[in-house]
Amino acid sequence: MFPYLPHTQEDRAKLMEGVGITKIDELFTDIPEEVKLDRELDLGQPLSELEIKEKMKELSGKNDNLEEYTSFLGAGVYDHYIPSAIDHILLRSEFYTAYTPYQAETSQGYLQAIFEYQTLICELTGLDVANASMYDGASAIAEAALMSTAVKRRRKEIIISKAVSPESREVLRTYCDAVDLELVEVDYKDGVTDSEQLGELVSEKTAGVIVQNPNFFGQLEDLEEMAEIVHQAGALFTVSADPVSLALLEAPGNLGADIVVGEGQALGNPLNFGGPHLGFLATTKKNMRRIPGRVIGETEDEAGNRGYVMTLQTREQHIRRERATSNICSNQALNALAATVYLTLLGKEGLKEVAKQSAKKAHYAAQKINQLEDYEIVFNGPFFKEFAVKAHKSVEEINEELLTDNIIGGYDLESDYADLENGMLLAFTEKRTKAEIDQLVAQLEGVK
Amino acid sequence: MRKEKDLIFEMSKPGRVAFSLPQDELEEIDLTDEIPAKYLRDEDPELPEVSELEAVRHFTELSTRNHGVDSGFYPLGSCTMKYNAKVNEDVARLAGFTATHPLQDEKMVQGNLELLYQMDQMLSEITGMDRFNMQPAAGAHGELTGLMIMKAYHKQNGNEDKNEIIVPDSAHGTNPASASMVGFKVVEVESNKEGLVDLAALKEVVSDKTAGLMLTNPNTVGLFEEDILEIAELIHDEGGLLYYDGANLNPIMGQVRPGDMGFDVIHLNLHKTFGTPHGGGGPGSGPVGVKEELVKYLPKPLVEKDGAEYYFDYDLPDSIGKVRSYYGNFGVVVKAYAYILALGAEGIKQVSEDSVLNANYLKEQLKEHYALAYDRICKHEFVLSGKKQKKNGVKTLDIAKRLLDFGVHPPTIYFPLIVDEALMIEPTETETVETLDQFIETMIQIAREAEEEPEKVQQAPHNTVVGRLDEATAARKPKLRWKSEK
Repeated sequence: MFPYLPHTQEDRAKLMEGVGITKIDELFTDIPEEVKLDRELDLGQPLSELEIKEKMKELSGKNDNLEEYTSFLGAGVYDHYIPSAIDHILLRSEFYTAYTPYQAETSQGYLQAIFEYQTLICELTGLDVANASMYDGASAIAEAALMSTAVKRRRKEIIISKAVSPESREVLRTYCDAVDLELVEVDYKDGVTDSEQLGELVSEKTAGVIVQNPNFFGQLEDLEEMAEIVHQAGALFTVSADPVSLALLEAPGNLGADIVVGEGQALGNPLNFGGPHLGFLATTKKNMRRIPGRVIGETEDEAGNRGYVMTLQTREQHIRRERATSNICSNQALNALAATVYLTLLGKEGLKEVAKQSAKKAHYAAQKINQLEDYEIVFNGPFFKEFAVKAHKSVEEINEELLTDNIIGGYDLESDYADLENGMLLAFTEKRTKAEIDQLVAQLEGVK
Repeated sequence: MRKEKDLIFEMSKPGRVAFSLPQDELEEIDLTDEIPAKYLRDEDPELPEVSELEAVRHFTELSTRNHGVDSGFYPLGSCTMKYNAKVNEDVARLAGFTATHPLQDEKMVQGNLELLYQMDQMLSEITGMDRFNMQPAAGAHGELTGLMIMKAYHKQNGNEDKNEIIVPDSAHGTNPASASMVGFKVVEVESNKEGLVDLAALKEVVSDKTAGLMLTNPNTVGLFEEDILEIAELIHDEGGLLYYDGANLNPIMGQVRPGDMGFDVIHLNLHKTFGTPHGGGGPGSGPVGVKEELVKYLPKPLVEKDGAEYYFDYDLPDSIGKVRSYYGNFGVVVKAYAYILALGAEGIKQVSEDSVLNANYLKEQLKEHYALAYDRICKHEFVLSGKKQKKNGVKTLDIAKRLLDFGVHPPTIYFPLIVDEALMIEPTETETVETLDQFIETMIQIAREAEEEPEKVQQAPHNTVVGRLDEATAARKPKLRWKSEK
């Protein structure tokens, strides 16, 4: 007997009678004999619930998790505080055991929540239309690139800044290779995208230009200047943004971005070894019908009651098949719900407070580290919650030392940027205390 | 029943908060000294200002305006809406998993790597493939990945002119969408009267341009493609590859394996077959599996084992690259792993048997009352047609909406496209005889209503929080966000 399988032998007998068979095998006669599996699968004995819990505790216990350490690791995935109420909402099983809201009248809860999510993303990004979520920040960048080529037909080139997360650039590379798009990378200079070089590279062949803000090094880009360069060449400008930063920083939509995407993990989603997280994607009204994925819209029933439905569906794969704007079907709805609850709980003041405290802590740490003899801050421009430090030894060696004091150090920049030798990217969230930062500084100083 | 619900923005009141954060320890730092004004926002985003209780009540009320598997029967065809075991939710929430960062040193996350490694082995065993990668985030993403692999394979073998993907007319919409996204030309092949791929029609479209065939088996009308071995031979003889859309794997687990049927590339939907919740449309997980000769094209990294230690192998020069950041929807993989542990070999096979038994039982009891598209043994699902009822002016959409009044989530409707007024029904193995009988009774009642009082069905739903919604206006005059009246 299995708890997820309800049939008793009597039940099965009744069902078989209803079907008009006497043996279960009769249901599988359509499978060619020569390929039928003639043995039991090698999956082992079923485990009880207690045994599963023990086994999973053992497996997860083989990991060192961030709750046991003081972590300064970010680089795209951030350890912000997650309020308790979020998971209690996510565990409402009317939400998490539902499918995509195809039947609107019995899915009003989810549809409204995602309509609220779209509104929140529009507010943060300064754009008119947001979709119901993408797989993650990296694939959202890839979809923005594809969308740019759909809007700018016959232009087959995408330009991306090297100051965009290496993880995202790798994913974009895979997509561009597969769909035969030219991918050009523009260098950074003093920690930000080299806008002069961008001006030289962008042309009438360019469908879209993609930058990140704050960029991978935590530095702030001059979006307005770049938007102008990109638009002069007639291309679309995509900005990948940290949503938490948008409580403080000017909305990219107000600075000329045509598409704003980003990794939404920081909005109430656990690290989870990289997923499930969510990507967000927003654009202008003008490009609304080119947006990939699901979009929720407001409407009314026959009595005039307000309600919500999936809309603009003629863009989507289940209607348009090979002519769809994207093949995306399942997205990251539950993670988008987490982001919605997070932004509701934090609200106007809370998100600003999270952003401010994270930024202040980063700036405090930068000041302290800058005073150390063996370390220097790599870039001098304004930054948000992350910055790059150049050390006197390899990051691997330093991190090993830090670990002995229960500190997880920063990301090793040299693995992606050969010119940033001994470069470490340190990230700060509101969770780090002044004392922990002082301890980090003391430990760094102690590494000889 | 009818009741509008305020948006969270409409409940907002300046000064209310639902957060509590530690005191700012660094009052002395003034960010305006550090970040020039030109980078800063002039105007705050309009985020809600509510108390914690208001927020919790709001989302709790929204949840009551939603139907999940836990609320009631959910026979949504091709979506495998089975029970989502609660223990899986618990174990996936262990801090040892959730509080691990994807960029931590491999030595610190050996448990995660071990789980990914074992999952690869278990999925390979279940499907008869040689190697899996968990990076794709959903079914369609898995398809995209699989097609990229097929493209890379043909390219490396100097067969770039192989640019056509054959897709049956009964296929999921994602199949042609994924194929064309990767730059393949989509060639549709007709189904025959029995609802299966028409071999003669297939022979006509297969050529030296054929890069591959995408097939769901059992297909979307719930029938096993009996000619699968001939189909495989046909495709392979032309140097093409066979792609398996794993959306419908549930009814054949432990009975037959895609790898043994000749499939070269496969994606699975962990959120269908392996009991992880659909989350209202995601997160899913769409691992991709391949046969030995295609392993080198899989996304990177792969997890390898050296002695007792696990590590990520990025040294894969022929890999298509990354299709998503890091290692996919890891938290979903954790739940699917726990699901397989709970069932073991014996349970997995019982799943397929019971899912097929349930579907055939419903089919046999309902075929008198609704037109049955294909009258033969089905697998996990079957397709009815509402064409009898349509004669009385009752459309399949009406039948679906009437089901809502009985607390049942309707089947998939108007799909597959090859059946007129289609109702695609997949009960799954986790439903009791009593639930199935109740559904049969409800469906019979609706069939009777369609004859005797059609307007009752046409005007449904009657008991939901909103009446039938106007989708046409929503698409014509899109209102896609709330806006402050300020």
